[in-house]
Amino acid sequence: MKVLVTGASGLLGGAVAAAVRDAGHDVRTFQRRPSGVTGVEDVLGSVTDRADVERAVADVDAAIHLAAKVSFAGDPADFVRVNVEGTRTLLRALRRAGAGRLVFVSSPSVAHAGESIVGDDASPADPENARGDYARTKAQAEVLALAADSPELRVVAVRPHIVWGPGDTQLVERVVERARAGRLPLLDHGAALIDSTYVDNAASAILAALYRVDAVHGNAYVVTNGEPRPVAELLAGICAAAGVRAPAWRVPARVARAAGSAIEGVWRVRPGEDEPPMTRFLAEQLSTAHWFDQRRTRTDLEWEPSVSIDDGLRRLAAHYLP
Amino acid sequence: MDRLPAAARATAPASLPPAHLVGLTPADSRLVTATETGAPDGSTHPDERTGGTERTWHVLDNGARLDALGVAPVGTILCVHGNPTWSYLWRGLVQAATDAAAAGHDAWRVIAVDQLDMGFSERTGVPRPLARRVRDLADLTEALDLTGPVVTYGHDWGGVVSLGWAVDHPELLSGVMLLNTAVHQPEDQPIPAPLRLALGRGVLGRATVTTPAFLETTLAIAHPPLAPAVKAGYRAPYLDAARRGGIGGFVADIPVDAQHPSTPELDRIAEGVRALTVPALMLWGPRDPIFSDRYLDDLVDRMPHADVHRFEGAGHLVAEDVDHASAALTWLGDQRAAASFTEHPAATVTATAAPAPGTDRDADADSTTGPMWQHLDALADSPDTALVDMAPGTGPAPRIVSWRLLSRRVREIAAGLVQVGVEPGDRVSLLVPPSADLTAVVYACLRIGAVVVVADAGLGVRGLTRAVRGAWPDHVIGALPGLTAARALGWPGQKISTVPLAPAAARALGVAHTLHDLVDLGAEGDLPAPPEPSATAAVLFTSGSTGPAKGVVYTHAQLCAVRDVLSAQYGIGPGTGLVAGFAPFALLGPALGTRSVTPDMDVTSPRTLTAPAVAAAAAAVDATVLFLSPAALANVVATADGLDAADRTALAGVRTFLSAGAPVPEPLLAAAGRLMPNATPHTPYGMTEGLLMTDISLAGIHDAATSAAATARPAGGVCVGRPTGPVRVRISALDPTGAATGDLTDDADVTGEIVVSGPHVKDRYDRLWLTERASRRTDGSSDGERWHRTGDVGHLDTEGRLWVEGRLAHVIVTADGVVTPVGLEQQVEALSGVDRAAVVGVGPRGTQQLVVVVETVPGARRVSLASVGLAAQVRSAVDRPVAAVLVVPQLPTDVRHNSKIDRAHLSAWAGTVLAGGRMRRP
Repeated sequence: MKVLVTGASGLLGGAVAAAVRDAGHDVRTFQRRPSGVTGVEDVLGSVTDRADVERAVADVDAAIHLAAKVSFAGDPADFVRVNVEGTRTLLRALRRAGAGRLVFVSSPSVAHAGESIVGDDASPADPENARGDYARTKAQAEVLALAADSPELRVVAVRPHIVWGPGDTQLVERVVERARAGRLPLLDHGAALIDSTYVDNAASAILAALYRVDAVHGNAYVVTNGEPRPVAELLAGICAAAGVRAPAWRVPARVARAAGSAIEGVWRVRPGEDEPPMTRFLAEQLSTAHWFDQRRTRTDLEWEPSVSIDDGLRRLAAHYLP
Repeated sequence: MDRLPAAARATAPASLPPAHLVGLTPADSRLVTATETGAPDGSTHPDERTGGTERTWHVLDNGARLDALGVAPVGTILCVHGNPTWSYLWRGLVQAATDAAAAGHDAWRVIAVDQLDMGFSERTGVPRPLARRVRDLADLTEALDLTGPVVTYGHDWGGVVSLGWAVDHPELLSGVMLLNTAVHQPEDQPIPAPLRLALGRGVLGRATVTTPAFLETTLAIAHPPLAPAVKAGYRAPYLDAARRGGIGGFVADIPVDAQHPSTPELDRIAEGVRALTVPALMLWGPRDPIFSDRYLDDLVDRMPHADVHRFEGAGHLVAEDVDHASAALTWLGDQRAAASFTEHPAATVTATAAPAPGTDRDADADSTTGPMWQHLDALADSPDTALVDMAPGTGPAPRIVSWRLLSRRVREIAAGLVQVGVEPGDRVSLLVPPSADLTAVVYACLRIGAVVVVADAGLGVRGLTRAVRGAWPDHVIGALPGLTAARALGWPGQKISTVPLAPAAARALGVAHTLHDLVDLGAEGDLPAPPEPSATAAVLFTSGSTGPAKGVVYTHAQLCAVRDVLSAQYGIGPGTGLVAGFAPFALLGPALGTRSVTPDMDVTSPRTLTAPAVAAAAAAVDATVLFLSPAALANVVATADGLDAADRTALAGVRTFLSAGAPVPEPLLAAAGRLMPNATPHTPYGMTEGLLMTDISLAGIHDAATSAAATARPAGGVCVGRPTGPVRVRISALDPTGAATGDLTDDADVTGEIVVSGPHVKDRYDRLWLTERASRRTDGSSDGERWHRTGDVGHLDTEGRLWVEGRLAHVIVTADGVVTPVGLEQQVEALSGVDRAAVVGVGPRGTQQLVVVVETVPGARRVSLASVGLAAQVRSAVDRPVAAVLVVPQLPTDVRHNSKIDRAHLSAWAGTVLAGGRMRRP
């Protein structure tokens, strides 16, 4: 089949495009920059441009929608434009083009309001209570996507939690750069258990969702490695793989949350291209447990992760090898 | 009622409750009009007919809903509330019974009345003494045209009224159920202080009618506190003084003394209850300032066949504190299954009672051996040594007691106990440290059929108090520390001192007699007939390492079976020299006919026992058998340097060495074996509920390790050997949720709950009917054999050896399946930097993550995440995914043995830490 992958210039989008290609399908990617994935057709454009989107969906059988504005800061209107309106535009275009399947790639943050997550399964996206502009707009977009689920266009939402791997700019690069600069603290004792997802596993889960969408459409699934680790251990593992020193100084989580709120305020008044060093959302992510019940995901998607955290860290180390 | 304000004489018709009360179904509420019979005071005096006044009642009745379901009731539960509640108290039962009927189970009609002047029933404005209330209830059931079978269910003073109805309606009655209540006030005991206060001059009316103080006090003593909506439900019928006359009337009607007008009716009911033979259930909340355990004990005395469950932590409002409805419906279901409710209940002669203790297998055991005191009788004239006490509290050491002296002392004390009023079946709490005195008292009690209650100091003061109050002894025999504690903590029972006391001290401690008095009194006295083998002999207490300590009841036949299995397993009998460094076995010496010795040690601190002290004890009796607790054993091994040549010679005479009570590490057992070169070290597996279930020798441990090493994927665990003589061990496999639901099997390599049977397994838990029910399996065989669920998990191997893998409550249920902790802990403990390890789960059952908590070598000073290196070592040692490794200075363990790790506590602690909570010590 012919599959559209939006946002393929990112770490996960690129991995998904490659995985779909390797599974023997025709892949078209759609984003502002070239995807850098070989053997696929790149259509360049923005999800906020209706004409661009119409071009991208022409004669595709299915779509995997990853394109989104992912950031801890920025103009709230941008998040709405890209994440919410972009999704709305894509949905309309897909229906018009007669595409039958959509995998909407989302985030577990769409359903949670900052408290600990201890072995929970996915609950419905909750735009009212989601924290921060990214999570709120992704929640609105997921609600739109699942509302569009119908016999003609089968939609499933997949929410990978903390995707990382070689070349990752979202988590790995941030951690490594801050650690290298000595600006990465541990919040409290760093013992909060967090789930994460090695990028290849997230990609294979999304591909599995594409195959299973006819059976499981209308549902949302959290995807992780199923190997929660204390946050300090995960950060230390990433730092070790990159050859930098693990964080050794600690900040009380409540101080970090307060500081995060204050810094967010400053960035709101003075928006720029750089990122705030701490946000309330990040402080919460790093000091409370976030791990999930994966049983329904694995049964319904008929999927298992193939790269363990330890294997993933070894691959990361190989990537950083001089 | 002349002591109550005018508001108490207000009249008002009955009404339906407001529609919004939480937990009530409006369809269950109805008004019923009944005609009064008898005299105004409830008597049947022919000259004082009331003339048939009509009274209207509000009742909850699920009959209409059962009709709507199209099911026919199997009987009626007639519920009577106390003061100051109303039928609202029973709303949970009404709903649960209706739900059960809807689900296709037995359909019980529940009728819960509002007594007149209470709840939403009529305010009559006239006094309603107890006899009137009993008759009122009869008038109501007449109006309802109630037919049998009826099971009454009462709480508080409603318990008395319901029992009055029960006594008066044998033709309808099938059973009685009670929540905290009382039918008798002992003459020598004051009524409970809160009621004395409420009855005070000038207080009664204000406390009960003018203000809602009495009502509010009652609502405030729920554990946990009542939800505001529930409190509002209880208050609804009592919103102003004119509505509260009945509350004051009830309090005024409490028969405080023999002159009170309601005393004769209370006495009539109390005596009538003794004649009830129908099945009975008592569900009790011990944290009750009014109806304490004293009244439960009185009721048990009147209905000894009753099933009793004390809900530790629950109080007066036990109906709110615990799920009494499920307990009651379960019990009713059991009675129906056992056909205990007959078509003509009046003809019932035998009650269900506790199931007949033992089985045919047990009976065979009785017939082959004599009573516990058989050697005391046979050796009554022997000058040979029976007991040696290496460190008696008083007099020269060691104290040597011949069979002749011990036998005579036991006889004298036994007769003396009879003289001071100790009767067969009376409970005697023993607060005496292990000594010749304790031994003599135990056998004296056994001989006269008194039940010995043995709670040891290892429970701690709180645990001990709870245990003693729960068992409610009639007598306490103690040394000074025990008696002082008994006085300070208000433990019940007639007090007897083992040491002479000055009159002032005796008065201060409430001591009635001393052991010397008993010996003198008993010198010429006769002994009663010995108890039957099926009679209760002892109540022992569990260690309390998993929740509150539980009383475990043994019959004489079962105690004899303990003795017999010990004798057969280790060849212990007359002439054997026995060193008893472990309290329970110290007491069995005379029953075995051995020459036994207690070494010089502080029994409350087994770690004080030294190797030379053990050697001295062994020398004193030419010991061939030696028992030590694991805690004592560790110190004995540690102090072996202090042994001289003579000590070593004495220890070389030991042929059999046993350590039990908690898991014994193999290196420790081996080290002890080196001190006794001619001894075979053994470690039995058992529990308070079943001592000596399996046994393994040191060589056996080595064999087991060898065969496990040859197994491709050993399940792990501690090998505890093969079943002792008459014991049968089965496994009930765990299902995917971690519950032990599998059929009993002796197949190899099935992991599940360990289930045991044997003639020396406990009779039952004491006053813990639900716990007892949950601990039994009756599906193992067709001959009614009783199987005890140990709460341990493990498996049998192909050689028939049992391996213990942990506690059932500590099983971890991951997304990949059920995990037992011990095997994984052993894998971690094999690492060089680790001392002890505990494997626990965090997160929701079914998707739990494994967490390893370790004590390191050298020990850590603070709690922390393990270092990267240690975490990696642990992960590679364990063949399952591990989410986190935590290091602690010390793992939490039980009080008694200091060795059983409290994994449940540790799991909750790890859950908090790993959710981002504070990293405090577990």
